[in-house]
Amino acid sequence: MSSTISDNSRRKIRIWSVAIWILLWHGVSVYVGKEVLVASPISVVVRLFTLVKEREFWKSVVFSVWRISIGLFSAIFIGVILAGLAARFKVIEELLAPLITIVTTTPVASITILMLIWVSSRNLSVVISFMMVLPVVYTNVLLGIKSTNQKLLEMADVFEIPAFRKIRYIYVSQIMPFFQSACLVGLGLCFKAGIAAEVIGIPKGSIGERLYMAKIYLATPDLFAWTLTIILISIIYEKVFMLLLRFLVFKIGSM
Amino acid sequence: MDINLINICKSYDENVVIDNLSCMIPHGAVTCIMGASGSGKTTLIHILAGIEKADSGNISGIDGLKKSIVFQDDRLCEGLSAVGNIRLVADKSFKTSDIYDELSALGFQKESARQLVSNMSGGERRRVALLRALMANYDILFLDEPFKGLDSETKELVMLYTKERVKGKTVLLVTHDEMEWETMGENLIVM
Repeated sequence: MSSTISDNSRRKIRIWSVAIWILLWHGVSVYVGKEVLVASPISVVVRLFTLVKEREFWKSVVFSVWRISIGLFSAIFIGVILAGLAARFKVIEELLAPLITIVTTTPVASITILMLIWVSSRNLSVVISFMMVLPVVYTNVLLGIKSTNQKLLEMADVFEIPAFRKIRYIYVSQIMPFFQSACLVGLGLCFKAGIAAEVIGIPKGSIGERLYMAKIYLATPDLFAWTLTIILISIIYEKVFMLLLRFLVFKIGSM
Repeated sequence: MDINLINICKSYDENVVIDNLSCMIPHGAVTCIMGASGSGKTTLIHILAGIEKADSGNISGIDGLKKSIVFQDDRLCEGLSAVGNIRLVADKSFKTSDIYDELSALGFQKESARQLVSNMSGGERRRVALLRALMANYDILFLDEPFKGLDSETKELVMLYTKERVKGKTVLLVTHDEMEWETMGENLIVM
């Protein structure tokens, strides 16, 4: 989980390649000939346009996105604090190491089912997205703190730069690339895991419930349409989040 | 108050860098330290700045002094502009316009003063590092080869500027250059 992936190194998606994959999907759908097995792209888009006109659609989107966001932001906040403490106090790093390893390696399904014993299904996605993002943020930020240029810290000590300024102008700028990578990885993870948790917990009015119902009633175009919705939300959310983060970095850096 | 160093020793593993050094750094004057490479000049500055500890010996008169320094490597915050780097440590009495004025005196255009130091040339970075140290609130200033990497014309300008700014201050200047010692120095320690 300590991987640091810069935004620039991410895969570039070309329109032509998307078009080819949609054509292939359409071809498979036509070949199979049964919408219940493979819904065609056209019927999925038609169904999506029908869904977006429904009030319930937006309620489900808000329900899930809100809860996943709470989990995400809590994980970022607590992850950064824990990383700071772990960097300062070795004992905290050692104390957290087994916990982080367990959370990182345990399957999402196991954690979800276990959490269902303690947490209501309505708030399950909050806990699951929190647990998925926390180790990523913690590990990356801790790595960032440890990689902070010691020579700059020596400089800060000689000039007696106050702690707040030291954090803002030395630590933050050094940690930010690690933090951005953590957010990028965490964003993808929290939507995947959060919706998966909803499918298992089936909280009423969530995207997960709508996915589950689509599967129960063999409404494959609905299933595909909701999946497409999750992908689109995830992409838009990531773009907006990273844009805001870059703006924040710029504001911090510009004195 | 003068700073007195008595029997300072420092070694890294088996390598003795400073061996029983005793000297005095007078208050309110520029003291040059000269010596061959590896003679422990930078180590001495680091010990006085509190970055490193001497293995043995005694230093008096330095406790409680506010320190400022130009490192051999610039040690600038790459994500900040020249102004940002200087403002990070500058005495609160300086306004941003003062920083621009001082940068201008060192040959900076306003636009280049605004750009990130990571985009600057070695000479520009050196001048930013020097000005940062000069604009800090300090009682003693350590200059470790501060004019290294400057072309001769700029070097002369920067040296005269520095000499003017450090008048009456306690300064320790590490140099290999006799011209720097002749221009700036009032006392000399040879290592």
